[in-house]
Amino acid sequence: MASLREASPLARTTLAFVAVALVCALFADLAVTTVNPYQELVRLLAGVVTPDFYATDNLGSALAYTLAFALLGVAFGNVLGFGLALLFFSRIVRTGCAFVRAIHELFWALIFLQIFGLSPLTGILAIGIPYAGIIAKVYAEILEEADPAPLRAVPLGSGLISTFLFARLPDAWAHFRTYSMYRLECGLRSSAVLGFVGLPTLGFHLESSFSQGRYSEVSALLILFYVVIASMRLWMRKPLLPVWLVAAAAILPWGLTVSAANMLRFFTHDIVPYPLRAPGGDTLAALGDWLHLMLFEQALPGAAATIQLTMVALVATGVLTMFFFPLVSPLLLGRWARGAGHVFLVVVRSTPEYILAFVLLQLWGPSMLPAIVALSLHNGAIIGHLIGRFTETVKLRPDASRGIDRYVYEVSPRIYRPMMALLFYRWEVILRETAILGILGIATLGFYVDSAFADLRFDRALFLILITAMLNICVDAISRAIRARLRLQTTLKHR
Amino acid sequence: MALIDFRDETAGYGGTAILEGITLRIEPGEKVAVVGESGAGKSTLLRLAYERCRNGAALVPQELGLVQSLTVFHNVYMGRLHRHSTWRNLRNLVRPAPAEVREVGAVLSQLRLEDKLFAAVGELSGGQQQRTAVGRALYHPGEILIADEPVSAVDEHQAREILETMNGEKRTVVLAMHDRALAIAFADRLVGLRNGRIVLDEPAAGMKPDDLDHLYRPAG
Repeated sequence: MASLREASPLARTTLAFVAVALVCALFADLAVTTVNPYQELVRLLAGVVTPDFYATDNLGSALAYTLAFALLGVAFGNVLGFGLALLFFSRIVRTGCAFVRAIHELFWALIFLQIFGLSPLTGILAIGIPYAGIIAKVYAEILEEADPAPLRAVPLGSGLISTFLFARLPDAWAHFRTYSMYRLECGLRSSAVLGFVGLPTLGFHLESSFSQGRYSEVSALLILFYVVIASMRLWMRKPLLPVWLVAAAAILPWGLTVSAANMLRFFTHDIVPYPLRAPGGDTLAALGDWLHLMLFEQALPGAAATIQLTMVALVATGVLTMFFFPLVSPLLLGRWARGAGHVFLVVVRSTPEYILAFVLLQLWGPSMLPAIVALSLHNGAIIGHLIGRFTETVKLRPDASRGIDRYVYEVSPRIYRPMMALLFYRWEVILRETAILGILGIATLGFYVDSAFADLRFDRALFLILITAMLNICVDAISRAIRARLRLQTTLKHR
Repeated sequence: MALIDFRDETAGYGGTAILEGITLRIEPGEKVAVVGESGAGKSTLLRLAYERCRNGAALVPQELGLVQSLTVFHNVYMGRLHRHSTWRNLRNLVRPAPAEVREVGAVLSQLRLEDKLFAAVGELSGGQQQRTAVGRALYHPGEILIADEPVSAVDEHQAREILETMNGEKRTVVLAMHDRALAIAFADRLVGLRNGRIVLDEPAAGMKPDDLDHLYRPAG
């Protein structure tokens, strides 16, 4: 007998993703391997409630460097991204932008470290280059969606530049500013995380404090970081922007010299696959062996683990979102409970997923579990916040049901489509983050990239980074196709 | 020479004709009002007329085409964007020059909008926005003004003032109007549209609003 009701395409897609995630989880290593994880957790929590702001002399400088790299990186990305947005009609520019944003800023940092060493350029470009790719795409979309009516009213014969400046740019400008603020917040997180690969930002000190179990110091570093992010709207004012940029440029240690020979060698020698530059022998056969090794022993296992982790984390993010959004939804909670919910979500989403994963890895030992929890907490908090805000615009009839009934019947059906749109939009972001968590020791692509860098085999590292970028571009395309088929849309504000 | 010379013209969007068999000549110095019920093709006729005035007519589109985040000054200044160099335009965008502020201020005082010179358009009322769009067209150096319902959002007293100013400033005026009494009072020639065809083309002198009834009556 046929079922009474055909499942909707959205429901079928959901079930398919959940099924894939369950299969992935079945084969995932989810063990807790530390001897006494909860004792460590108790020590960590004790540290969290006893922050020590005087434990290290480096607190101020770490914060200043984090801010400086974020400001200059985002500023650079903004200027370059704006320029590229104007050229976004060109296929080459579009493809180039998709490519640079498919590579995570930590991978960029690992590359630039080889070229520029610890020069400030490394941090600025590591943030600025991928951000330029993202910003170009978003700005191009903003310009495209701008009201076309003013263009038609411009007198015939007005120059292209004047027309753009008067009829196109002003209305887009407000969107650019809002988006830049959001990007700066992302930039602060990226900048903090760059410390994990050796730049003198928060992550650097966080890692050393952590490894020595100085949790009060960790707590102080993180609290300062939250304060900086939460107070951004107070200190990031238009007239102050030049002051911050000059100050940022002034405090960075520009004295370190960049070796041109080093740079040249990196591009012409280091990144060329080893067999091609090795002396003598059968180059072609050696290249075949090299490719075989790279593909079957590194790229494929790495990609498989990356996809596995991504799928589980994506579905877990969706599940957590369903729990998180009510915390800040006026339809479901009173004012005081919502206040607490806001604080919780702000803290969870302001903590870079990389740092969350790092913390959980210390507690539970190396497996996929810390990565899954970290990714789904961070992304669930971001989407939960946006969906909670979305429910502020939903009007319920006065006699609507209450409590769980209201959650199930009134609210969930209304938020499901926008939530799925955001999840699919976030899919590619989760993949990029998954790859990077490999640097912490989980066997995703980032693990192999990091090992290759550690062994100074830059040819391998670059090959694997290219594979990662391609994987990203594929997932982005699949996500776009699914969103188009299910007619899922995200508004500009929710990018 | 005629400014507009349509001979058996057909126009529309995406294959569906909105205007059919339009033959219309407009000479310099004429004040023409296009009348007819909504959907008759007034806006399409005006758009067509604007596109044919290659040497630059001033335009007040029905949707106004204002840049919401710019000030009234900047929106009106845009009427002469094509007369200035890019550098001068850029300079006026960042910091309005006194000479231009004076000129734009003079235009705005005719429209009783001088106190809103540096207000953002997005914060203005519907009537003030409409007057800003009229201001932009008046500041435009062209001799021909094409305006689609330019006074629909202001009261009748103000409408009369604005139409008078428009007639005084521009040699040739082509308006779309739904208000029959105003059309007769301020135009010297009426063009009546019905279902995309011109069904009336007469001098306005001596006409009464009731004479246009047949344009609005249900068909059949």
